[in-house]
Amino acid sequence: MKKTPLFEKHEQLGGKIVDFGGWALPVQYSGIIQEHEAVRNAAGLFDVSHMGEIEVKGEGALAFMQNLVTGNVAKLNDKQVLYCLMCYEDGGVVDDLLVYRHNAEHFFLVVNASNSDKDFEWIKGHAPTDLHVENLSADYAQLAIQGPLAQTILQELTCFPLDEISFFHFEPQIQVAKVPALVSRTGYTGEDGFEIYLAAADAPAVWDALLAAGATHGLVPVGLGARDTLRFEANLPLYGHEISREITPLEAGLSFFVKLKKGDFIGREALQAQKDAGIPRELVGFTMIDRGVPRGDYQVALQGEIIGHVTSGSYAPTLKENVGLALITRGLVKEGEELSIMVRGKALAAKRIPLPFYQKRYKK
Amino acid sequence: MNVPKELLYSKDHEWVKVEGNKAYIGITDYAQSSLGDIVFVELPSEGDEFAAHDTFGVVESVKAASDLFAPVSGTVLEINTALEDNPEVLNADAYANWIIAVELKDAEELKSLLSAEAYADILE
Repeated sequence: MKKTPLFEKHEQLGGKIVDFGGWALPVQYSGIIQEHEAVRNAAGLFDVSHMGEIEVKGEGALAFMQNLVTGNVAKLNDKQVLYCLMCYEDGGVVDDLLVYRHNAEHFFLVVNASNSDKDFEWIKGHAPTDLHVENLSADYAQLAIQGPLAQTILQELTCFPLDEISFFHFEPQIQVAKVPALVSRTGYTGEDGFEIYLAAADAPAVWDALLAAGATHGLVPVGLGARDTLRFEANLPLYGHEISREITPLEAGLSFFVKLKKGDFIGREALQAQKDAGIPRELVGFTMIDRGVPRGDYQVALQGEIIGHVTSGSYAPTLKENVGLALITRGLVKEGEELSIMVRGKALAAKRIPLPFYQKRYKK
Repeated sequence: MNVPKELLYSKDHEWVKVEGNKAYIGITDYAQSSLGDIVFVELPSEGDEFAAHDTFGVVESVKAASDLFAPVSGTVLEINTALEDNPEVLNADAYANWIIAVELKDAEELKSLLSAEAYADILE
């Protein structure tokens, strides 16, 4: 298994290490629910060094990016971040990603760990030969500090006034605990917070400094388990679940991040055709009426007919309910109406509810 | 890990407390700790019959669902319905909260279970 620069820290903190797509990472330290609540109520610190980082540099970088992703990169300012997707020609998703614009000739892309090699090949394969595309994943460590007290804690370790970094913006190089770091106001929890990119060798010292600064504020280290429940409650998509090679962003309810009118991009034609013909499936939220926990890949039925599957499901610690997201045939189930979740061969009653499950509390 | 001396154990991390021909069955401290936060327990019905090693229920943590295997054969006499609303008590005290009680079909099967010492050894 691959180890992040913080592997020894996780062991020292009692993290329960699991194999996450080939990475040895903690699924939890004290417990998923406790860590989840810490992020909602105070702050949590995540090691997300497994994420992939790819740099795109050179003349023509902006035009290339504009053709690569679904979002309108031309509208980005320097030091702004965009959430968007890369699609195949047929509209299926290669990956979802964050695009950091340093300037029109320099972009920094953050992609999913399990997709980073595939993404790099995809990007490299579409890039003009004179464009510099480099996989920097091994060079970078990434920490995320998330929660209502994230800024208070991080501010103790930097002179840079964090108020000046607004939502989905970044500073390319500020000092955090005396080392240079790229800091953005982004995250994957539905709370305010920051993601910090720094040299792998600097990560352990910054990790320790953050935990020390946050100790009196209720900051705790958070594992992959709570990372998933936090993003799930806020309905932030996860590749391989809500989006995939077989699920288009339009079906996943991500139309806002697909700018069909911005000009051509890979997959645009297929997505436009899908929109024109009527999007066949929709992502809906549901809560269990019968006792049971919905899980990813469970089938969804309506009057005995299979109409789709659960993409993510779990006990939601903030809601204190068993809820799920399901990709089903469009137009069959309205909000408040019932559907069945197939749990170990039994059809359990559930009810469609509005999304999001948890109202995001971003500081904009 | 807490392994009370007076109980018997299965390799599947369940404990058995024998009272005459009746056996209370629960999960061990090691099991609850490995599972993490328990959020749901699927119980059988009274009167259900199980052979040793059959699945008699499911414990679900935040992350995953895990089958419960019958350590001995028997007929379900009682189920702990308190677990339906408060499954987290299994995390708080795995030995104070039994899951089902069965009428033993064959007391000889108890000999195949592990003593506290033998169970503690496999946790090493």
